[in-house]
Amino acid sequence: MPAPRDVILDPLFNNNPIALQVLGICSALAVTTKMETSIVMALAVVFVLSFSNLFVSILRELIPTNVRIIVQLTIIASLVIVVDQFLKAYLYDVSRQLSVFVGLIITNCIVMGRAEAFAMQNPPSLSFADGLGNGMGYGLILLLVGAFREIFGSGSFFGRPVFALAAEGGWYTPNGLMVLAPGAFFLIGLFIWALRTWKPAQVEKAEA
Amino acid sequence: MKSRNLPSYTVAFSAAICVVCAVLVSSAAVSLREKQTANAELDRKRNVLRAAGMMREDEVLPREEVEQRFGAFQMVAVDLRTGEEDADFDPTGYDPRRAQLDPTSSLPMPRNDAQIMRVPYHALAYKMLNEEGKLELLVLPIEGKGLWSTMYGFVALGPDLRTIRGLAYYQHGETPGLGGEVDNPRWKALWPGREAYNDEGEPVIEVIRGAAGPVEADPHRVDGLSGATITARGVTAMLRFWLGEQGFGRFIDRLRKEDGNARTT
Repeated sequence: MPAPRDVILDPLFNNNPIALQVLGICSALAVTTKMETSIVMALAVVFVLSFSNLFVSILRELIPTNVRIIVQLTIIASLVIVVDQFLKAYLYDVSRQLSVFVGLIITNCIVMGRAEAFAMQNPPSLSFADGLGNGMGYGLILLLVGAFREIFGSGSFFGRPVFALAAEGGWYTPNGLMVLAPGAFFLIGLFIWALRTWKPAQVEKAEA
Repeated sequence: MKSRNLPSYTVAFSAAICVVCAVLVSSAAVSLREKQTANAELDRKRNVLRAAGMMREDEVLPREEVEQRFGAFQMVAVDLRTGEEDADFDPTGYDPRRAQLDPTSSLPMPRNDAQIMRVPYHALAYKMLNEEGKLELLVLPIEGKGLWSTMYGFVALGPDLRTIRGLAYYQHGETPGLGGEVDNPRWKALWPGREAYNDEGEPVIEVIRGAAGPVEADPHRVDGLSGATITARGVTAMLRFWLGEQGFGRFIDRLRKEDGNARTT
């Protein structure tokens, strides 16, 4: 059985859900124009992933195997709705900016993937740790992409100006590509490149 | 292992999961509803203040301050079919967007440039009166199609009911950096002082391609947004629609007649 420490730390760099498995890209492109939305989205996914793993793992001996996917999805969807309701009540402005993407956590492949691949085979505490680790691995990339996009796309960080914008008499002309979804594609690509240079074991074998 | 896949067990298990999840979800929704409605309400007030130029776009105000500034306004329900204020209408919990989808509370519209299909019977407008009870500012909700999305906002008219005091969008899905620039404070600053109507009382305000002149020389036109021709066209179309006969036109006419101080032309 894997050690809890590895289960939490592995998904950060060694087996990152976005950078190695290339899952959950959709929301990583959509919500990372600013740090504020990135961090809230990251926390929402950490919460949903940890608890969906926990509950699926608790029920793993009881879930009828032929309807297990739909049972997992019911649990995930319920958690996502709770998160969405909570954001609307306590972080209204951020929830408006995240719009449909909180709801779309339901279809995030990482959440379903961990429930099916890990939580169905492992005890609750370890599954919870796995959810936490994968959520953080996802969140880490979101924050990195969000930091680059906000700094270079809007000249600010967490909404505070860092570069004086040309339009307001400063020197920095924002890079429009960073605000659009393709900017996030380039950034994620560059991160994958950097990560695989650092850890060559992640490089896929060339196809014959 | 086998028993786990008996149809009876599968059905019972699924039913139990559904009940548990349903209870969880609905209790979250019900217990948080009050806070959510309060948030939506506060957000609406903020947007009215922004359109009225009483709050900067990036300004973060505590709830009390928003309530206090908003206190200057009174909300009226306007019956768009007649242009009358409907004092009997209870606006508590009324959602014009929902009403608009319901054939029993909305009117179908003929094909129009703003691509508005239906208009609700009742719309909520905001009036600010001065000490003598004369109209100082009128804030009206507007909506219409841009390039990708329906854009929702408010337009504020001055006491003559011709001069635009401000325009603000609070919800849209236009391209950031292009059509999304409808949010840009520098673009919005071009609006105050522009005249929405010509001398015949037709709404002629227009977002043009390229740059319009200063307010005095070129009162009916506003600079376009570069790279966002269709969004700009949408802004023109929705302003003309809502300020025209099919929108608030009749209501505005009535206010002009009623309100002795309408400083026309």
